[in-house]
Amino acid sequence: MAMITNRRRDVAVAMTLIAPFVLTFALVFLYPTLRMIALSFTDAPLIGEGEWVGLANFKRLLSDRLFFTSLKNNGYFVLLTVVPTTVLALAIALTINRLKGALQSLVLALFFLPYILPVSVVTEIWMWMLDFQFGILQPVFEFFFGKSIPVFKNPYWVMPTVAAVTIWWTNGFNVLLFIAGLRNIPTDFYEAAALDGATRWQMFRRVTWPLLWPVTALVLTLQLILQLKIFDQVYLMSSGGPFNSSYVLLLMVYREAFQLNHGGYASAIALILFVVIMVVSVLQFQLLRARGTK
Amino acid sequence: MTRTRKLENWILTGGSLLAAAIWTFPLYWAFITSIRTEDRVVSDGAGVVPDEFNLSSYVEALFNTKLLTWYWNSIATSVIITLVVLISGMMCAYAISQMRFPGRRLLYGIVLASFMVPSQALVVTQFILMNDMGLINTWAGIILPQLIVPVVIIVYKQFFDAVPKEMREAVVLDGGGDYTLLFKIYLPLNWGITTALAIITFIMSWNQFFWPFLVVTTENMMTIPVGITQVNDAFGVYYARLMSVALLGAMPVAIAYLIFQKKVTEAVMISSGVKG
Repeated sequence: MAMITNRRRDVAVAMTLIAPFVLTFALVFLYPTLRMIALSFTDAPLIGEGEWVGLANFKRLLSDRLFFTSLKNNGYFVLLTVVPTTVLALAIALTINRLKGALQSLVLALFFLPYILPVSVVTEIWMWMLDFQFGILQPVFEFFFGKSIPVFKNPYWVMPTVAAVTIWWTNGFNVLLFIAGLRNIPTDFYEAAALDGATRWQMFRRVTWPLLWPVTALVLTLQLILQLKIFDQVYLMSSGGPFNSSYVLLLMVYREAFQLNHGGYASAIALILFVVIMVVSVLQFQLLRARGTK
Repeated sequence: MTRTRKLENWILTGGSLLAAAIWTFPLYWAFITSIRTEDRVVSDGAGVVPDEFNLSSYVEALFNTKLLTWYWNSIATSVIITLVVLISGMMCAYAISQMRFPGRRLLYGIVLASFMVPSQALVVTQFILMNDMGLINTWAGIILPQLIVPVVIIVYKQFFDAVPKEMREAVVLDGGGDYTLLFKIYLPLNWGITTALAIITFIMSWNQFFWPFLVVTTENMMTIPVGITQVNDAFGVYYARLMSVALLGAMPVAIAYLIFQKKVTEAVMISSGVKG
């Protein structure tokens, strides 16, 4: 009998311990998710009730050219950022890893610093650097292309520029992950390889690269998920322009919901984005778990 | 052999310092711009060598904008978020790690799943919810959706799992319950991880742009990342002032990072799972 009351008390204590998280989760994650699904089948404005319209929002999406432009731009942005930042971070990490002591922490700190800046600080600084009239980088453009380039008003330059700024901002995080990965490689592997007379390239190819692959996979998937959710930089630097050449899905959600007052339609777009990112994340989780069991 | 080694080391050292200098040049340039007069900033000979030391744009930024209010909003909301996330996270992690109750596995499944939920895709309905609760333009409105940080629970659970069972017994024999265990044994044993998670959570919420940008519409309630974009509109092309505001906005976290560099580095590694 005492055992049973004890057990009951334990369960009650457990419930009080998990309540804060569970209740917050239900309120700000679960309920909004369900409501987003429900809203995507209505023509509701942002605030207020709407009529059930079935799949009309999704049908409309399929004929909305802006949706496909956004989808394409999201893909383009992923191409411009994910692999380049991973390669760059790996190169920087390999270099930093060979430095010693104070010099190593100094160089690492300098590369990591941009990552802790708020996004708007980053965009303010780069918009000033790239200012058409007074930007300090315009002479560089003049040198290579013979003229100044208004990068945020040029449909060809806008996405690569936003991608470059994004890489500058977030690359330090990836460098850090690679350094952690490099530190996890036992040094006797290299000593053994050196005894066998391996060249530096062979050591990288046969020791570093295979042992670093799990971290590389982690960086790639984290970046993929992060860059699919691009909004801040595009909104702050180009607002999706010029001619929608930097329009992305989350920006479309924002415009439809908060500027055009189409709550239902915005929910439908958000739902698509939600599903895409969930699928990618589940893949990432499987990767991580595969790594964990190894 | 040693000679080429030495040369190689010099190239390595020099090269990485040069690369790091180029990488941080935008910050240097922002600083040089911020200590110039507005006229000098846009004049022809304004090069990369500092030639003026003029703090008037900082004075302007601090006292002619709402920067101090934004600092206060940012500090208050980030501190509250950090405290609530850590306390609710460690409680939940302790229950999952050390207690047996129905639904435990399901709960941990939910935690892992919410790790993957893109909160950015939920902003429309989160906004509607905050509006229903009358929380637009309030701290509570800024804070609430940022309280779900599953990685805190995941990391705490891993560390609680590793605490030896013998540590429990002394407390249990003295009649101590689970709250005593959590706050007297498990928490003190894991102070290192607590500070690491606190740093990460604080930096994340301090830098949060998208959600505060949506839920706040009045200047008085803005946080630093949202507020600085307003200065742009108000001042137009006053670059020295813009750069002063941007640097002042970045200052607190940047200084904290430079002081606690090792700790931040470790925190990032732990929370992304590359170091246990």
